[in-house]
Amino acid sequence: MADKLDDFIDAAAGALDLPLEPAWKPAVKANLEVSLRHAAAFADFPLPDEAEPAPIFKA
Amino acid sequence: MSDDVTWSSAADIAAAVQSGKVSALEVTEQMLGVIDKRNRVLNAFTAVTDERARARAKAIDASPDKAKLSLAGVPFAVKNLFDIEGLPTLAGSKINRARTPAPRDAVLMERLEAAGAVLVGALNMGEYAYDFTGENVHDGPSRNPHDPERMTGGSSGGSGSAVGGGMVPLALGSDTNGSIRVPSSLCGIFGLKPTYGRLTRTRSFPFVASLDHLGPFARTVRDLALSYDTMQGFDAEDAACVDRPLESTTPFLEQGLDGLRVAVAGGYFRKGASPEALSALDAVAKALNAREVEIPEANRARSAAYVITTTEGAALHLERLRRQANDFDPAVRDRLIAGAMIPSTLVVKAQNFRRWYRDAVLALFKDCDAILAPATPVTAPKIGQVNFTLDGIEMPVRANMGLYTQPISFIGLPVVAVPVPLKPLPIGVQIIAAPWREDVALRIAQALETMGVVAAPRPAL
Repeated sequence: MADKLDDFIDAAAGALDLPLEPAWKPAVKANLEVSLRHAAAFADFPLPDEAEPAPIFKA
Repeated sequence: MSDDVTWSSAADIAAAVQSGKVSALEVTEQMLGVIDKRNRVLNAFTAVTDERARARAKAIDASPDKAKLSLAGVPFAVKNLFDIEGLPTLAGSKINRARTPAPRDAVLMERLEAAGAVLVGALNMGEYAYDFTGENVHDGPSRNPHDPERMTGGSSGGSGSAVGGGMVPLALGSDTNGSIRVPSSLCGIFGLKPTYGRLTRTRSFPFVASLDHLGPFARTVRDLALSYDTMQGFDAEDAACVDRPLESTTPFLEQGLDGLRVAVAGGYFRKGASPEALSALDAVAKALNAREVEIPEANRARSAAYVITTTEGAALHLERLRRQANDFDPAVRDRLIAGAMIPSTLVVKAQNFRRWYRDAVLALFKDCDAILAPATPVTAPKIGQVNFTLDGIEMPVRANMGLYTQPISFIGLPVVAVPVPLKPLPIGVQIIAAPWREDVALRIAQALETMGVVAAPRPAL
């Protein structure tokens, strides 16, 4: 997974035209790992196919 | 009003100026003197608008309507992401220093000044509001008035420091994931994060459009309500601002607790909380005879808020990251670059979940009028402290100070953060109400203040 994430970060930085100095990469990777862990917490939550997003939230 | 204006409430200052007991200019001069002295320690201000403040105070003193101005002569300051005419809007960044000076004040400031308030300056904040500490690599950390070696919390750290440190009775800040409630908690003051869409954000620098709220800080509940009432009103320039009639809260503040049902959040909201946070929460819950309730899936909500924040933030800053990444605070830059790389499928999932979660939480308000929760897991950490230990697990301060605030702002609920004056450091409790019921949260806060359960402690400065 670690190697795949390294590859993903390199590819994403290239595709997004983002600068990524070698010294920044460990911190970027650590942050991405945290975000992906957070995403895993809700990504498999069972929502119906009809569930709608709330891109403009109205309370 | 006390002779020492710096610890007077906004309401007392306004009454004294309205009656002519003191002039707005005298109040302004005293406050500017105190800012000059205390800011050397607290580093709350990044700009003091002294000439403007004197001119404004003189205009109020000369106004035939002075007695009708609800905030006559009340000094206030704003987080430096609010536009201030003639100054670049920093948003805590180095990059924004090159911005053209703002041509006009933010709308909320115009509304406060129309009521007689006097702007005295701009306040320190975490870079681009992506911060829970109050530390800023460009301007230095804002410092906690109860212990200047400790954090204010962020990102509205200067707002917390300035109000808690007696440099202004009122300040404005912004709250995306907790940036009003966290500094309120660590600095021992009151803060209001209104319902999403209630207060216009026009001419303030954004962070996460679907989560951003603006709101006030004060040392009394009445001051919080007074400023909030003054700032309400529709504004078509902010797409999220909802067209609702003004709903004043000040007339209802003293109604007490009769008829109100209060719950206290259990489960997620007790895990990881320090003994101090739980002690404060339990003291408030006991005073309100609150029963326990579970906010469903709060852990997932916090995670979804995290992902939406980092991706929306990355989208906002994408061009700046491409162009001048080296000018960011490295900690902010690296989080934003990572945020830009999160697959869009996960972002949409987070938004879908937000809809479900909102409906689940709103259902709780059928059986209660307000829900209590800790505002922060701990009292103020030391400046520079990287980790703290929650439930026996060491974790980063910067990412986790919003554990209990993120699941609430995620669905835009109104919250009053109230300070419990524990020794040696205060800590806050959230009073969470249903959408548009700021009046309920403020009324409960007022009852707690009257009972002496919550109060803004005066630091030794």
